[in-house]
Amino acid sequence: MVQLREVTEAIRVRIRNPAKLRNLELFLLVIAWVLAGGAMVLVQLGALERVDMLPLQLAGGLGILTLALHIALRFVAREADAIILPVVTVLNGLGIAMIYRIDLAEGASGWAAASTRQMVWTGIALVVAILAIVLVRNHRVLARYRFLAMAVAIVLLVLPLVPGIGRTINGATVWIGVGDVLSLQPGELAKIALAIFFAGYLMTARDSLSVVGRKVLGIRFPRVRDLGPILIVWAMCMLVLIFQRDLGTSVLYFGLFLVMIYVATGRRSWMVIGVGLVALGGVAAYFTLGYVQRRIDAWVNAFDQSVYEAQGGSFQIVQGVFGMAQGGLLGTGLGLGRPDITPYANSDYIIPSLGEELGLAGVFAILALYLVLVSRGVRIGFQGPDDFTKLLGVGLAFAIGLQVFIVVGGVTRLIPLTGLTTPFLAAGGSSLLANWLIVALLLRLSDSVRGRGIA
Amino acid sequence: MSDKDREQSMRRPIRRVSALLLVMFIGLFGSSTMIQAVQADVLQADARNTRTLFDSFAVERGAIVVDGIPVAQSTPTDDEYAWQREYPLGPLYASVTGYNTLGQGNTGIEGAMNDELTGAANSQFFDQILATITGQDPSGSSVELTIDHAAQQAAADALAGREGAVVALDPDTGDVLAMYSSPTFDPNAFALHSTATVQETYNQLLADPSDPLHNRAIAGDLYYPGSVFKLVTAATALESGRYTLQSEFPNPDVLQLTGSTAEVRNASRTTCGPGETVTLETALVLSCNIPFAQLAAELGVDAMAQQTSEFGFGRDLSIPLQVTPSTYPADANAPNLMLTGFGQYDVRVTPLQIAMVTAALYNDGTMMQPQMIDRVLAPDLDVLDDPEPTILGNPVSTQTSAAMRGAMQLAVTDGLATNAAVPGVTVGGKTGTAETGESGEPFNLWFTGYGELDDRSVAVAVVVVPDENIVGDTSNVIAAPIGRAVIEAVLNS
Repeated sequence: MVQLREVTEAIRVRIRNPAKLRNLELFLLVIAWVLAGGAMVLVQLGALERVDMLPLQLAGGLGILTLALHIALRFVAREADAIILPVVTVLNGLGIAMIYRIDLAEGASGWAAASTRQMVWTGIALVVAILAIVLVRNHRVLARYRFLAMAVAIVLLVLPLVPGIGRTINGATVWIGVGDVLSLQPGELAKIALAIFFAGYLMTARDSLSVVGRKVLGIRFPRVRDLGPILIVWAMCMLVLIFQRDLGTSVLYFGLFLVMIYVATGRRSWMVIGVGLVALGGVAAYFTLGYVQRRIDAWVNAFDQSVYEAQGGSFQIVQGVFGMAQGGLLGTGLGLGRPDITPYANSDYIIPSLGEELGLAGVFAILALYLVLVSRGVRIGFQGPDDFTKLLGVGLAFAIGLQVFIVVGGVTRLIPLTGLTTPFLAAGGSSLLANWLIVALLLRLSDSVRGRGIA
Repeated sequence: MSDKDREQSMRRPIRRVSALLLVMFIGLFGSSTMIQAVQADVLQADARNTRTLFDSFAVERGAIVVDGIPVAQSTPTDDEYAWQREYPLGPLYASVTGYNTLGQGNTGIEGAMNDELTGAANSQFFDQILATITGQDPSGSSVELTIDHAAQQAAADALAGREGAVVALDPDTGDVLAMYSSPTFDPNAFALHSTATVQETYNQLLADPSDPLHNRAIAGDLYYPGSVFKLVTAATALESGRYTLQSEFPNPDVLQLTGSTAEVRNASRTTCGPGETVTLETALVLSCNIPFAQLAAELGVDAMAQQTSEFGFGRDLSIPLQVTPSTYPADANAPNLMLTGFGQYDVRVTPLQIAMVTAALYNDGTMMQPQMIDRVLAPDLDVLDDPEPTILGNPVSTQTSAAMRGAMQLAVTDGLATNAAVPGVTVGGKTGTAETGESGEPFNLWFTGYGELDDRSVAVAVVVVPDENIVGDTSNVIAAPIGRAVIEAVLNS
């Protein structure tokens, strides 16, 4: 009898805990659907003063896909984190609602509407995420392909510079396209490949990188021969800055590498070296690259009439700030503001668009959602059972956090504006695909942190 | 490294990274708070903030109504501004309505009653809250004016495009019955939904040498009143108790100003009537300068300044349009004081001020606060505001009022204002021709007066600046008939 009881007890523990996690996730998902669907309906009531079923049906389809991801988790990653999927579902849904709202303001519909494409891309991204979770049953194998990941990252980064398929939009050569049909930002996907490469490389190299060298000004610096990797990554980011004219991406990549090498070695000296290199590159870029100078000028003197009127000046920044100010604490209400006045209101400027219609309260809620998402990622890294999981978890989480900081900090004038997408919110297929892949990876990673996930 | 060490490794840097992320996010919370809470008001007030403009055009702005006719109204449009402002009678009411623009502000009633018209006035606070809750589009109140459409039309027709202004008041209530300024402009040109076009129109009108944007009735460059100011000087004399209309003055054909070599003549270039002396009444009826120069000197600058101030000179008035205060030079020296006696030197007036003087002289000495708002009606037709007539002061006694009425009526029947006469109506008046001080510049031709029929009365002031100096009895020929037309229009309506 006693033996049987122990056995049933063990079974109950094994089954109950994961089920609890997934049930919590389902409960939170329902809330996420209600929030995202509610935003769609409010946009329609605000901007159209009626409810149009077709966009709601499309959004409903996406709800079904997130449910499919949830069901997949029940089978292949029962102990995965329960918070990430609902949080990302709300963000993605809010983004679609706001993009749709701007389509309504601009009179775009059908395939011309960014929201339609965004929904299709969300569908594709969800299917890819489900496939990734189902196919990659053990993420540790990724460490084995670290140099392949590096090669993929470099190819993806170089692609926009290839004549014929490269596209220059807004002065930045970070797009590829075939005809007018498809345009992709390969740099978004390179972000993941780089995180995998860094995690794999640092996992093996962390011991030698941790070896301290000479002590200067109270900080122990690494040996010169170990400086190679950081210089290579720095050079790569500078090339992105010079040839692709993309300030945001180069800051994002270098920041990602810096934090990962710091986590791997625990040596603050790497941070000091990294920040020094950034300062060096930044000053050099300011004096040699006109567009960097203009960005800084538009940041510092945004409200100067001459800067405001200048080509490539601060018009967009100032209009975005006006929009947010117009929103005030509680916003104009969904569908009732004028976010479309700001150029790129549905992509780079989706946060001011949301800020105008949802107010400071809405911006805080969105930032809080990102903070929750990032903290779940860091937690996965913190509790990861091995170096690779830790590094990859922290790296991916930091990449999202840093990207949010660069974009939102740019539009709110905390830092100079750089063109990056707001994860999950902004219009853009490659961004959605990359960020949902990150979600799939984080979910897969969290499943390996057995018995430590939230309840 | 043992398994446990390996598991514990990296935890400290990860904690630091999470602290770094938290700091980054606190920065974002801070920067968005700065914009949306701390600086929001300043940013909304920035002239480049088109959203504020869109907001003001998103409201159905209330109509401005005269005698049941909308003189400014909003009609729905399909473009981004939702509402189009229209001025159906455009130039006729431009000096009343003003304009409401995208980016150039608003003037006239559009400006003075902006809060009411947009529904932002305190009296509409709860209506707006209710509208927000029930999801109705916001709309403003309509403003009904005291203007008499027939009088306004008569003023414009009679002025016939000449430079000048006409004001008509109801002496009993202070209601503004007509306010027309010429040359005028078409406020519809300001209602366009293009800031660039509006700016261009504005610059054009601003550069126009005929100053169409000036409301000459209340806020143009102030006019020299000339002989119409003799009403004030005479009233000051009667109020002093030392003079009656029969008081006599020496009657030379030329008078040298005290302490000056300058000489004053009557407009006729002869004596004032045949006698050795002339009465105050005759001097007023025949509009002679010399007796009034002597009278001003005898009254003294203090008495003159006191009386003009009681008539409202130097006073800020909001009717609710802002009225430029008329001025009397209280620091005039002896020769200049004599010049002020017949409205020269630094005496400057608005036509409204002269109409107010006439209205008070007619209205038993009681001066009413002039105002143009009849009622403010909420969208649901609730009366939000229905201003009561208010007394501005009692500049003269009933006796002075009665005496002045007699003299003014005599000026119309037997004096220099005969062209103001309306058959069957009691009309009193006074003409004036003012030198502007600029040699070669046309004189300002004035008429002010009142008409009374049964229980209805009206006081008017007319100023005309002719194209060139027309010599002769020009005020009676040009200005008085304009006053008559307005008096007739009011009393017949």
